[in-house]
Amino acid sequence: MKKKSITEPRTSHTFDAYTNSEIRRAAETGIYDIRGGGSKRNLPNFDDLLFLGASISRYPLEGYREACNTKVILGDRFSSNPLNLEIPITIAGMSFGALSAQAKEALGRGASLVGTSTTTGDGGMTKEERGHSKQLVYQLLPSRYGMNPDDLRKADAIEIVVGQGAKPGGGGMLLGQKINDRVAEMRTLPKGIDQRSPCRHPDWTGPDDMEIKILELREITGWKVPIFVKVAGSRPYYDVALAAKSGADVVVVDGMQGGTAATQEVFIENVGIPTLACVRPAVRALQELGLHRKVQLIVSGGIRNGADVAKALALGADAVSIGSAALIALGDNDPRYQKDYEKLGTTAGSFDDWHEGLDPAGITTQDKKLAKRLDPKLGGRRLANYLNVMTMEAQTIARACGKNDLRNLEPEDLCALTVESAAMAGVPLAGTNWIPGT
Amino acid sequence: MHILDFNKLSLRDINKTLQESDKNSFFSIRNPKGSHALAVGINKKITVKVVGSVGYYCAGMNKFSDIKVEGSAGPGLGENMMSGNIHVTGDVSQYAGASGHGGSILVEGNASSRCGISMKGVDIIVKGNVGHMSAFMAQKGNLVIFGDAGHALGDSIYEANIYVAGEVASLGADCIEKKMTKKHLSDLGHILSNANVSDYNPDTFRRFGSARSLYNFNVDNAKIY
Repeated sequence: MKKKSITEPRTSHTFDAYTNSEIRRAAETGIYDIRGGGSKRNLPNFDDLLFLGASISRYPLEGYREACNTKVILGDRFSSNPLNLEIPITIAGMSFGALSAQAKEALGRGASLVGTSTTTGDGGMTKEERGHSKQLVYQLLPSRYGMNPDDLRKADAIEIVVGQGAKPGGGGMLLGQKINDRVAEMRTLPKGIDQRSPCRHPDWTGPDDMEIKILELREITGWKVPIFVKVAGSRPYYDVALAAKSGADVVVVDGMQGGTAATQEVFIENVGIPTLACVRPAVRALQELGLHRKVQLIVSGGIRNGADVAKALALGADAVSIGSAALIALGDNDPRYQKDYEKLGTTAGSFDDWHEGLDPAGITTQDKKLAKRLDPKLGGRRLANYLNVMTMEAQTIARACGKNDLRNLEPEDLCALTVESAAMAGVPLAGTNWIPGT
Repeated sequence: MHILDFNKLSLRDINKTLQESDKNSFFSIRNPKGSHALAVGINKKITVKVVGSVGYYCAGMNKFSDIKVEGSAGPGLGENMMSGNIHVTGDVSQYAGASGHGGSILVEGNASSRCGISMKGVDIIVKGNVGHMSAFMAQKGNLVIFGDAGHALGDSIYEANIYVAGEVASLGADCIEKKMTKKHLSDLGHILSNANVSDYNPDTFRRFGSARSLYNFNVDNAKIY
């Protein structure tokens, strides 16, 4: 018998194991995959940038000795009471409904401990988060769920949400499993139904309308609180310019690594651009309008550590915002719940079915028993620790670059490891003076 | 009665005066010249009469107050209002009563498209016609139309009720005609009497609402998503 030649089994790059499993899942269920979180692709990101520490041509500041300011004021363009933050890291908008009341309280406690702000989400403001957040940003979303003028006047800032990095052009989604009595009441909808929030605001369409909308919000709140405008990272140059022109005090740009409570996988992974690619066009738009540092820029989407903070600020942002990372600090995807994750058919580190309301960590759930697993005080402490570490890390880098203020970091302090990241960030490829595209 | 004249005062001056006024005060606003964001965010029981037409978002987020516009109103009239009454003698532009939670809006003329979009409990009465996509994603409350309704009426509607005396160009996704029961006739009577509307024949109205077939995702409905 002729012996067959022996070759290694070869899997396809095109039809890899995940792709094949997704095809089988679609064939079996007839519905697209819905999940939480942001893009899981291997995208160009802040890891592709490096800082050029000081040596002879620049001199550094003494670590742990010489001061490096971390404070930032947000929203002093038109409002009489801007936000005064101790650190340039804010907590992004996440709704009660998507998150448990305990998680919202923990976010408020943690943010307040370090002197930064937290943000409401779709569904309105809860007493718990107002009570535990010293500086609370109230989101005005297309759904207007839970929107009321009393809460608007209780807010320290208002954020008009035009888009979200995980789903530019898409609306929110909160599936029936998580709509308990309290969530349903806050949203004026029947219990147990899928809540698909609209993608457009009900009472305006373009930038000219938005300018009038901002006027209305200022008139309602007496021109006291800052107005933020949050846009998804897709066309940051134009969107930031239009938001600033419309009268925003602060513009938030959320890249595609930014998380969501629940959206179609195909949306998360295929619409929008990476956070790294958002920053320089956004800054350029403000610079060309003469509004850089006058209209503050917050960058969000996949910010994980002090290096990310420092890099975003060096590229011209005034602050960053975190969502997914804050949830991880609270306990999301913690290995101590590995057995519970396995029961859900996933692993610690991979769990993203936040919409199903079965989160073992008690964060993305409305199940009372599960939610009790999260101690809001302990969670708040953990978040505060994490925010402090990020801030100290960013300060360490800033001092090494000779900067006594995080916002004195600049693109000149950076180089890039790849041609792609050099082009996106507008900084030279490491060891060269070459900035692709210039 | 206090007169607030746009020829002498700024928008900020006028809104601040209204917002900080004593309960049960009565104001007459003159020469509004289509101003935007007029009489917004009022949080007490006062009476405001606007002599002339207004721009965007008049009476936005209103609570408790009675506001009458003797003229027409631009887009977003009474957006997200919580309570109180708004009365416009002329026509209104797009998105009237958008996401309104409570209170009542009476429009003597016509309303443009998306009237009552995302409404959450407000009652809207339009003596004329309404444009396309009215009551889109309407969650709660009542839209009463004496005239005709444009295309895609009540698209993706939730638990709101729509009453139409005239013709309906077409219904939107998941919106169906429903039986006009005694209860609904009674509800309609209350809505109209609360707005001091008495010149109507209840037998001419038909009722529309949600078929509730899109409340939870079903792949078999994919063609209408």
